[in-house]
Amino acid sequence: MTAEHINIDHIAMLCRIAISDEERRTLPKQIDTMLAHIQQLEEVDIRDVKPTLHTLEISNVLRSDKPGENFSVETALMNAPEQKNNQITVPRIVE
Amino acid sequence: MEELFFKSAEDLLQMLAKKSLSSVELTQIFLKRIKAVDPKIQAFLSLDEERSLQQAKASDERRAKGKLLGLLDGIPVGMKDVIAEKGQPLTCASKILEHYISPYDATVTESLYRSGAILMGRLNLDEFAMGSSTENSAYQKTHNPWNLAYIPGGSSGGSAAAVCAGEVPLALGSDTGGSIRQPAACCGIAGLKPTYGLVSRYGLSALASSLDQIGPFARNVTDLGLLLQVIAGYDERDSTSCNAEIPNYNQLLKKQQPCRIGIPKEYFSEGIDLEVRQAIENVIKFYEKNGYSTVDISLPHTHYAIPVYHVIMMAEASSNLARFDGIRYSHRSPKATNATDIYFKSRGESFGSEVKRRIILGTYVLSSNHLEAYYVRAQKVRTRICEDFAKAFETVDVILSPTTPTTAFKLGEKINDPLQMYLSDICTVSVNLSGLPALSIPCGFSKAGLPIGLQFIGKAFHESELMSIAYLFEKAHDFALRFPSIT
Repeated sequence: MTAEHINIDHIAMLCRIAISDEERRTLPKQIDTMLAHIQQLEEVDIRDVKPTLHTLEISNVLRSDKPGENFSVETALMNAPEQKNNQITVPRIVE
Repeated sequence: MEELFFKSAEDLLQMLAKKSLSSVELTQIFLKRIKAVDPKIQAFLSLDEERSLQQAKASDERRAKGKLLGLLDGIPVGMKDVIAEKGQPLTCASKILEHYISPYDATVTESLYRSGAILMGRLNLDEFAMGSSTENSAYQKTHNPWNLAYIPGGSSGGSAAAVCAGEVPLALGSDTGGSIRQPAACCGIAGLKPTYGLVSRYGLSALASSLDQIGPFARNVTDLGLLLQVIAGYDERDSTSCNAEIPNYNQLLKKQQPCRIGIPKEYFSEGIDLEVRQAIENVIKFYEKNGYSTVDISLPHTHYAIPVYHVIMMAEASSNLARFDGIRYSHRSPKATNATDIYFKSRGESFGSEVKRRIILGTYVLSSNHLEAYYVRAQKVRTRICEDFAKAFETVDVILSPTTPTTAFKLGEKINDPLQMYLSDICTVSVNLSGLPALSIPCGFSKAGLPIGLQFIGKAFHESELMSIAYLFEKAHDFALRFPSIT
């Protein structure tokens, strides 16, 4: 697989990143180099090998079911880019 | 006389205990040092002098009453700007978090407070910890205190350079593929990446959740043990935190019995400098002279560690960084006209090029057409890498290698060649993929005067073994007592 097959605008759309014209030119080549490097993994025999998601043998960790402290409204909104009436403001979505 | 700012935390604690120095005086000494050298080093992104001095005053008051809090009472500690401290900036060296203030403390921050440590400020890194040189910071480039034309390593380059230059005696960093050990090696100080799950990740801005660990930087191994003692332990708020028994690290430091050291041939092949090889060979001779047996071992899948690491790290990063959407927090583009536009423009404007590259590649390998070919395959090769270590540890107790194949490179040398930059992590990434502990200490200097790093890799939760074996070498040499001449 090479970058010629990669639709950079489509991937940028999937991850919601606006890319510049220059990035549209340079990224495919960089991605191509990386994918060529990653391609080496095809040499490894992985028949009957289980994937490793995590190195620890722990699963289904649940915290104890008791209420903890929560942020005040003021704290929760302290980093909001825009706010009004104790709520985060966003452009209208539903017309 | 050795300058106070180059003293170890252990020595400084003794001075505080003898009352030959107060914590306020100590904090002022370090603040003065920061003012003198940081314009050249550029390690700190922000300071809060008033807060640090208040904490120092409170420490002195506790000491006067004989009511000390914990192991580090009165000792300044620096923080990589990726770990939350309530009320302080948390930029991750990214423009997207330029104005962000942490609303809560990370668990390690709470642990530092409970130990009585003085929090000195926020240290530079590669944006979102993506890099090996700290050149990817959106704010400034940190310089290597041994030679300002060289990189300090990365991504925790600010933490390593600050300890190296005598701006703080201790600092925290995070290590996803070598981001503590590699800068420790480049700056000639000690750094440790703990076993995955030993230190809580709650309040650490995530790069790759299955690989990230917070760990200590220090002047020597004893100080590493002090800081690790403070931050290690189970935390209910991190679902991958492990309820392991925490030993008294420094009590075990001098109890090392000669053991079997594995020398992995693959760590001496790809692009290793002659000077680095010679320094490591001298280390091997040192241990053999001291009764240790060395065994040639093979970790046959080492060659695949970098591509596996990149697939997994980029996939996890693309998912983790989706939270920076310009809606609830983080930069919101003033040019956005509708809701979707907020995502695109805010992220497009304020992520740096390395971050974009990794998110885009991560998204690509996770997309439905390529998931099996890249992500699932990488996870299976990851299993092979874990198996290599498990097999090696059947015959050896620890593994010895260089931390990096070369000494620090020049600023700008690799910034336009991402693949070359990634290859500098060859000796460190396998450890993260396997969740194992590893540390780096200085073991020599190149002819150009740059430090060379020695890495020990251990079995899971065997940090004390790593520290005691490293301690033996450190005590027999003066590398931990050499300081850069920067003033």
